[in-house]
Amino acid sequence: MAKRILITITMAIFIYISLPFVTNFTPATELSQLSQKYVNDGPDEVGAPNLVTAVIVTYRGLDTLGEIAVLFIATAGIGFILSREKKISSSKRESSAILKTGTKVLVPLILMFGIYIFMNGHLTPGGGFQGGVIIASGLLISILANPHGKLNKFLIQLTESISGFGYVMIGLLGLFLAGGFLDNSIIPLGQFGRLFSAGAIPIIYSLIGLKVGSELVNILSYLKN
Amino acid sequence: MEIIILSVISIIMIIAAILALYANKLVTAIISAGVVSLLASVIYLLLAAPDVAMTEAAIGSGLTTVVFLYALNKIRKSGEGDG
Repeated sequence: MAKRILITITMAIFIYISLPFVTNFTPATELSQLSQKYVNDGPDEVGAPNLVTAVIVTYRGLDTLGEIAVLFIATAGIGFILSREKKISSSKRESSAILKTGTKVLVPLILMFGIYIFMNGHLTPGGGFQGGVIIASGLLISILANPHGKLNKFLIQLTESISGFGYVMIGLLGLFLAGGFLDNSIIPLGQFGRLFSAGAIPIIYSLIGLKVGSELVNILSYLKN
Repeated sequence: MEIIILSVISIIMIIAAILALYANKLVTAIISAGVVSLLASVIYLLLAAPDVAMTEAAIGSGLTTVVFLYALNKIRKSGEGDG
């Protein structure tokens, strides 16, 4: 009972704190100065039709590096905590026939969709993080369908290391060859709106996608045991 | 019209969030927390933020729910949780 009262009090405090956001809300009619600069200069400087990608990968590229570092540390922590108990549980149920059959059809399609999303991150909504998570959820279905199967941990960790290393290397190349860390103009910008355009953004986003995907699969494989 | 859809989704979100806090079974709480994320992603999509909507749908309602369910399973196996 005390738990429920505490929950109610916490909820009331949160509602009281966030009430001004609702009552004093006025929708913005024009862009702020910074967004105005991104909207005006983004297409010429970066060459990506999806402006969100332009901001995430180039203008705020260092933030993305930080996010990936946070994800890496989280994965390392989960691995450190969960890899201690080596108890192998043999009481796992077999998965149903529907799940097994559906997995065979769906997993290749889901993996392909994830790759499509991070390859087209500079053209359409989505990007490395979203594509990586979709790849991880595709592999999650195959983990659920074969609870006794073993994942190739070496391959997952190799993918993770190589893509992380490549991402930082491309960032450093931008520092030496172009304007700054993670500058995408180390490769010619190309024609606006084509798949191979926007400089290094498709390569950077593919590496981010592979890194995020392999890290999340790593977490799932730790949790599975 | 859009304001009606947004209000209905928001009200369902609030109900699901309250259910997640007060549910007796932890599985119910996890599933309704996933429902909150899924409806939030629909709202992001309606408010023209497809990038955020994709992230929210994939991570918030997909992967987080599964990670919570795995964690719950682990707690149950070790026999310390009251489920």
